[in-house]
Amino acid sequence: MGKTLNEKILSEKSGTDARAGDIVIAQVDLVFVQDTTGPLTIRQFKEVKHGSLANPQRTAIFLDHAIPSPNRQLSNDHQFLRRFAEETNCLIFEGGTGICHQLVAEMFANPGDIIVGADSHTVTAGGLGAFATGMGSSDIAIVFALGKTWFRVPETFKISISGRFQKWVGAKDLVLHLIGALGADGATYKALEFDGQTVSNMTISERLAVANMAVEAGAKVGIFPSDSVTKKYLAAQGRANKYKALQPDADADYERAITIDASELEPMVAMPHTVDNVVPVSMLAGTKVDQVFIGTCTNGRLEDLATAAVILRNKKRHPSVRLIIAPASQQVLTAAIKAGYIETLVAAGAILLPPGCAACLGLHQGVLGDNEACLSTANRNFKGRMGNTEASIYLASPATATASALTGEITDPRKVL
Amino acid sequence: MMPDTILKGRAFKFGDGISTDLIIPGKYSHLRSNLPELAKHVMEDADPTFAEEVKSGDFIVAGRNFGLGSSREHAALVIKMAGVSAILVKSVARIFFRNAINQGLPTLICDTDKIDAGDELEVNLTRSIITDLTKGIQLTFGKIPKVMLDILNEGGLISYISRYGDFTL
Repeated sequence: MGKTLNEKILSEKSGTDARAGDIVIAQVDLVFVQDTTGPLTIRQFKEVKHGSLANPQRTAIFLDHAIPSPNRQLSNDHQFLRRFAEETNCLIFEGGTGICHQLVAEMFANPGDIIVGADSHTVTAGGLGAFATGMGSSDIAIVFALGKTWFRVPETFKISISGRFQKWVGAKDLVLHLIGALGADGATYKALEFDGQTVSNMTISERLAVANMAVEAGAKVGIFPSDSVTKKYLAAQGRANKYKALQPDADADYERAITIDASELEPMVAMPHTVDNVVPVSMLAGTKVDQVFIGTCTNGRLEDLATAAVILRNKKRHPSVRLIIAPASQQVLTAAIKAGYIETLVAAGAILLPPGCAACLGLHQGVLGDNEACLSTANRNFKGRMGNTEASIYLASPATATASALTGEITDPRKVL
Repeated sequence: MMPDTILKGRAFKFGDGISTDLIIPGKYSHLRSNLPELAKHVMEDADPTFAEEVKSGDFIVAGRNFGLGSSREHAALVIKMAGVSAILVKSVARIFFRNAINQGLPTLICDTDKIDAGDELEVNLTRSIITDLTKGIQLTFGKIPKVMLDILNEGGLISYISRYGDFTL
């Protein structure tokens, strides 16, 4: 019997013949924390082991959730993280460099790697063929100390995608549709493995957006094969030597097979307060929004800002909508400046935030007021997520978000263009 | 023979899909290095009276997909700090499950529809039996994988690795 992508990676990294259901101990290629999970992780690490990390240069701290710091307590947490980096010689990425998952994609993630982070959206790196998953602080502290961890090898759902997306319909609509079909716990403990002609044509940016949301169906990983698109991306990021082809075996064992025809998809929206509460945009047309947020580890990449800029060229946001844009990284921001997207977006009335998580988690930079509605390109719309349990969050693609910023209500991008 | 491990307390009932944002929201990130302050907000957005009413030994009893969302281990930690002795749920999100066990907080899968808010419960961890003393019924709970049981028996992952120095599968 052949192997799925995750069985192949876990076999190689554990030195065993890993099969779904097995428990293995595997070597980790990159371990990281961000600024809201890092302090607890480091305190726990110090309880186990005073002194050296297993692999300082493969241990990273990203300051992205609370940057620039909104208050004294978080500033002190940042100091604590910087001191730890100095003491241990681990890697640290300052505020403004970007969101951890985007930086992992730009600088670290390679096909066949195992990546664990103290952030649930660590799954994003599955877009590059890595086995990448989020864990809590205790687990990450132990990886800091030992350079390895235990995994239950997940059963796999094969998601086969065919057909061409309609114009202004894309990866985000696909993954929202999938989560709506699976349910928020429909893939708990499972691996989602993506396959098919449509996948071969998807950019890395699109693959990262899909993998990013695997966790919203409960999955442990969302993983793409490594192919010529992966090769080109790695070369552009200066890591051509890290490319290797990675495909599942033809006779691999899948727990479930799901097929999606991309040509049949409409722009999709997740309604409050669960990510699996998904409907076609047409069902929500006319719903008023107070804030539109374009950014995050799901949709803050260059292609996303390009979509927003194309739609907003020579136009203005609706006067009653606050349009907030946060590029996912400095690399994205710099490229968007060069391409003229930022000038277009600012001229359209957008508030530009520094590369980081921004309004996504309700900490700062766009906390919602009572009874307000936000249309966001993020990955979560849980009650209270954006800092207020009396507010509503809708999730959609950058195209739908931008079209809605123009009209002040949830709008099908195909209708305004 | 070691005596059976028995937990006793009242049930605090919650529904399906209790996210980490309801357990301890991101807006309190500034309190994450001040755990006693953070713990005052445990479950606040799901039940504002929970933190005041919960007593040492009590249980959180909930529906499907408990703890979905963020990897923040603070969610399991503040529940433990509130004195909760175990979480009984129909199903649990993957990251939260590991976090709870890593904090030495038993998270048990059972048919929680049979338990009502305020019921007095007794959980025998050794024999996998939950007794609802108020209703006079018994339930069983799903088996915990050995590696997690070993971690739980040491009181959490940090104590486990401190003792053994490595994973012992």
